[in-house]
Amino acid sequence: MAKVQFIKSADVKPWLAELAKEHRVFAPSYDGEALLFRPFDLEQEIILDRAATMPPKKTVFPQSEKLVDFTYSKDPENLSRVKIDARETLPEGSTVVFGSRPCDARGFTMFDRVYLSDKNTDIYYQARRKNTLFITLACRTIENTCFCNWVDSDPCDPTGSDVLAIPMNDGYLLESVSEQGEKLLNSKLLADGSSRKVEADKICQEIAGSINNTKDLSQAPAKLLAVFDNMQFWEEVSAKCLSCGACTYLCPSCYCFNITDETNGMKGKRLRSWDNCMSAQFTMEASGHNPRPTKAHRLKNRVGHKFSYYPTIHGGVISCCGCGRCIKSCPAGIDIREIVLKAIDFEPAAVEE
Amino acid sequence: MTKNIYLPEMATIQEVIRETHNIMTFRVTLNNPEAMKNFSFKPGQVGQVSSFGTGEATFVINSPPTRMDYLQFSVMRTGEVTSKLHSLKAGDQIGVRAPLGNSFPYEDMKGKDIVFVGGGIGMAPLRTLLLFMLDNRADYGKITLLYGARSPVDMAYSYELQDWLDRDDLDTYLTIDAPYEGWQHKVGLIPNVLLDIAPSPGNSVAITCGPPIMIKFTLQALEKLGFKDEQIVTTLEKRMKCGVGICGRCNIGTSYVCMDGPVFTRAQLRQLPNEL
Ligand code: SF4
Ligand code: SF4
Ligand code: FES
Repeated sequence: MAKVQFIKSADVKPWLAELAKEHRVFAPSYDGEALLFRPFDLEQEIILDRAATMPPKKTVFPQSEKLVDFTYSKDPENLSRVKIDARETLPEGSTVVFGSRPCDARGFTMFDRVYLSDKNTDIYYQARRKNTLFITLACRTIENTCFCNWVDSDPCDPTGSDVLAIPMNDGYLLESVSEQGEKLLNSKLLADGSSRKVEADKICQEIAGSINNTKDLSQAPAKLLAVFDNMQFWEEVSAKCLSCGACTYLCPSCYCFNITDETNGMKGKRLRSWDNCMSAQFTMEASGHNPRPTKAHRLKNRVGHKFSYYPTIHGGVISCCGCGRCIKSCPAGIDIREIVLKAIDFEPAAVEE
Repeated sequence: MTKNIYLPEMATIQEVIRETHNIMTFRVTLNNPEAMKNFSFKPGQVGQVSSFGTGEATFVINSPPTRMDYLQFSVMRTGEVTSKLHSLKAGDQIGVRAPLGNSFPYEDMKGKDIVFVGGGIGMAPLRTLLLFMLDNRADYGKITLLYGARSPVDMAYSYELQDWLDRDDLDTYLTIDAPYEGWQHKVGLIPNVLLDIAPSPGNSVAITCGPPIMIKFTLQALEKLGFKDEQIVTTLEKRMKCGVGICGRCNIGTSYVCMDGPVFTRAQLRQLPNEL
């Protein structure tokens, strides 16, 4: 049985301060214009009435992280030889993210199928994922870029979270989703919330009713493949794209990375860093050949991966959580929803009258 | 404990062979004797070879699993990592993450006639399978090898070609693009020479690797000779990073070349979206 607690708005910060004694705590606050998940600080105002500019992706998947540490040393038996010692560097400690949105937390479930598959386990991701708990806030204000309901989710979806917080007029109803989440709900600042459950359920129903009408995307995987070779289609939809990559960096479900080495004297490290499939470098081969030479090819892969290839591999699950960040932040005004719908509605010219 | 898929095994270069002006071959052993003893792989599988401080690049293991004194990688100089590797000498340390990827369907090839068509560095993956088959000679029918390069000095593995030519259980044809003094073998582009040799498609499998343009015309030649899509095997090269299906770099639609490849039949290639 899920544990149900209630917290008064005024007690949120003291509660986070309590949690911060045991965990690294992140909460959304302003950094200039950008609303970001930043280390919790009692002095800082926590902003919960709108979704953050960046999702909390880096809490589990840092923008750049060390995979291997290596050191060079002279071989004492043969000074012309360099010995190399390479060691893995695994992340430690636990993290609590407060105020993630359902789409943000659900984004990690897209990672999970790839990073923690039965074929391979990414132990760096695993270590962070296991030790990062999400207290996710249901969305009371829905923006016109939100479309989580198109991709099998909703503004109160607990998938991928450890605690779901439902905003009420005087505070938040906190419902545990995972066992680890339940342990977070033991503070004296919290009171039993079972009596307010009905009220919270009603709020969720109201929110669900206020979101834009859903669209049926079940044809998307097949239809996107059907327009694969239609470069005119892709050139049109990508015409304004600047290949800036903002859409990938801001996306809670974009998980591609690069691996690079850095050295400093007799030491070095191998890093993995977020990469961006909208850049020409992404698939550039050593020979100079590039299988995705234009932005049209690259946008095709980004949309295709999320709405066709990933669902085909992973039991129909679309790997976009509908957060709308790529739509809001694209300097060229490209809307991924429009591209998918256009592909679904696309009729080959041959059948036109 | 779960294996760290990104941590390379440390390895020592035992021998460096300069093959051509831009190809060098490295024979390496894993430093951990247990790891070396237990290392197993299938012909066609690749490895990520790293020079620490520069990075990793992908190469096929081109020594066969039947000869495990060392693992052999042939490196063509094309970029930063390969240039760095070219500067290494016997005794130097590198990292190896292997084996990765799928392998040639060598079990399905048992009892069949085999036609190898290799161009340039594309001979590397073929070498693994060829030596593996020669080491299991009774399992396979007639074996034909057509190996071509721009000129004699661009031919890797020159030191073993005479042995291949001399064997009577292997039909070896060598070709170069243009006449060259002292060259006693064929002259002409690989696809044309292939049409001259005209191996019978009957109970055969053709395996071809090489530069994209050569592959394109070799596939056409094989088709002309009557080889069906299921009888043609090739390898794809894509830029790879993780090598384990995670980093998202090497996909063609739903196929990840690092996991589902690098070996594909022509029939499988036709199923993939057109993005080579
Ligand atoms: S944010 Fe917009 S302009 Fe930038 S790469 Fe993405 S689609 Fe192109
Ligand atoms: S593709 Fe766009 S809408 Fe979908 S999860 Fe990523 S950023 Fe959000
Ligand atoms: S190389 Fe990373 S997914 Fe294939």
